[in-house]
Amino acid sequence: MDHLAILPIIIPLLSGILMLLPPVCRDNARQRALSLAALGFMLLVSIRLIALSASGEIQLYVLGDWQPPFGIVLVADRLSTLMLLLTAVLGFGAMLYACGGDDKRGMYFHPLFMFQMMGINGAFLTGDIFNLFVFFEVLLISSYALLIHAGGKQKTRASVHYVVLNLAGSSIFLFALGILYGTLGTLNIADMSQKVAMLQPSEQIIAKTGALMLLVVFGLKSAMLPLQFWLPRTYASASAPVAALFAVLTKVGIYSILRVFTVVFGDDAGGLANLAQPWLWPIAILTLIIGALGILAASSLRQLIAQLVILSIGTLLAAAAMSRVEATSALLYYLVHSTLVCGALFLLADLIFQQRGKAEDRFVTARKMCQPVPLGIAFFIGALAIAGLPPFSGFVGKALILKAADINAEAGWVYPAVLIGGLAALIALSRAGTSLFWNISREQADICERPPRVKLVAVYLLLATSPLLVIFGGPMTEFTEQTAIQLHGLSSNLEPLLRPGGGS
Amino acid sequence: MEMVYALCVGILTTCGIFLTLRGRTFPVVVGLTMLSYAVNLFLFASGRLSNEDAAVLQDSATGYADPLPQALVLTAIVIGFAMTAFTVILAMRARADLGNDHVDGRLPVQNEESPQKEKN
Repeated sequence: MDHLAILPIIIPLLSGILMLLPPVCRDNARQRALSLAALGFMLLVSIRLIALSASGEIQLYVLGDWQPPFGIVLVADRLSTLMLLLTAVLGFGAMLYACGGDDKRGMYFHPLFMFQMMGINGAFLTGDIFNLFVFFEVLLISSYALLIHAGGKQKTRASVHYVVLNLAGSSIFLFALGILYGTLGTLNIADMSQKVAMLQPSEQIIAKTGALMLLVVFGLKSAMLPLQFWLPRTYASASAPVAALFAVLTKVGIYSILRVFTVVFGDDAGGLANLAQPWLWPIAILTLIIGALGILAASSLRQLIAQLVILSIGTLLAAAAMSRVEATSALLYYLVHSTLVCGALFLLADLIFQQRGKAEDRFVTARKMCQPVPLGIAFFIGALAIAGLPPFSGFVGKALILKAADINAEAGWVYPAVLIGGLAALIALSRAGTSLFWNISREQADICERPPRVKLVAVYLLLATSPLLVIFGGPMTEFTEQTAIQLHGLSSNLEPLLRPGGGS
Repeated sequence: MEMVYALCVGILTTCGIFLTLRGRTFPVVVGLTMLSYAVNLFLFASGRLSNEDAAVLQDSATGYADPLPQALVLTAIVIGFAMTAFTVILAMRARADLGNDHVDGRLPVQNEESPQKEKN
């Protein structure tokens, strides 16, 4: 089907608009049904797209039939489709959880969620760097509104920081785009990659400035070291389904770093080849260290998980800094794993939060939870997976990253940083589990409100991906490896990105 | 012309960054707005500044103004406008929810009330 590549953008857009119109807008049940249907449809489309791209074909969707590099193109290659599928799965889980009652705590939850999905999908699909900016803004403005969903002082306070920082980030993004357009004369990623090798030395310096400004922006989105201070408070204060969906927002930053700094400023960029890597190395290691410290210092479960997100970003950046096929392949595996498990943990933290009365999710003595067994098992699985212990996907992901490190040069930095980060996660999570589940006061809960079963289903659905990633580890790593090969090969073979081959 | 243009962008950016780093939400919003003005001017200049060049294809024309930056600026203006509107509303909401207009949601302890009031 020719128009398949644009469906992940069109579906949430149309369903989001439908939800604002009369037959659906006032009826919560209809909104839920439409949301779940749209997300299910998106899931099917992503599976179909990933099946198409797995054959090695890069689908180019040329909007308005303006031939690249002049118009806007959508590129559905292996990397994009993998990220699309990841977003659809996470979005489905988060929406399922929200249908347990969280969506009624504020206005317009469903349309905003859809627009957020549209922004994320668009950012993954676009082949044009200005369009990337536009989709960043789409996903940001819906995330601003989603962040204050359900209201409260904590949320407003976190939201002010988040909005101001991201607006400043958007300005830097535009400055960088202006600089790159001024020197390269194009904004199509493939075309930029062609032009960047032909720059004069005097222009190279300017283009380098622009590229590093882009790194700052992507660093802000992905929460790399000096720009990560907004993340813990924002993620810890967002309502659960929103926080779960936000787990993929930081990964949009990582994806953009991969796209821009391997395709445009990659191995074939002449004087500007691999220009981000010297910066990424120290930043990755320091992000891991600060994440490990943050984990040990966290005083509530949601803060702990937010710090775990930073730790996973550090691990991903270390793999991105290596910038080789094996490392990128490991990065993608770890990215899928960490997004889904962090999302599940945010949902789980909310269930624990609601069942502990006044103690909420702080690590203090509290009354017994209503459902200690199902929540405990989920916490155990999630903790093992995110800390990187054997039966689950975290172990495989970390092992792949460590294996990809060059034993002579890089291993000395990567091994201690990743392993100590894992140890810190293990210590913090066992402390958290002990105090949440075993440190129980004698006080009995007067009424035991069981949450809707659908919430627990959503948590287990997302957690189940972790063992699945291990069971289907073979096909999965094969796919990520092919993805990495395709990504690293793009800068030397741009034909498929500039000429729509076959159907477009 | 280039010098004046560059100075404009530079001054706007400086003011924008200075105001964004202030402690109250109103100067921060104004600073972000200035920053977006600076960005728009800067983007516009990325297609090079030119005088009296044709905007539309013409047989007699010798040079053309680059239309792409104009389209980019238009997009950036629209997005910037929406974002500014959102920030203003959010700042008002924060003022109502938190009881003060400081970006951290609480007034710094060491500062006296009176000099803060004079500054704003």
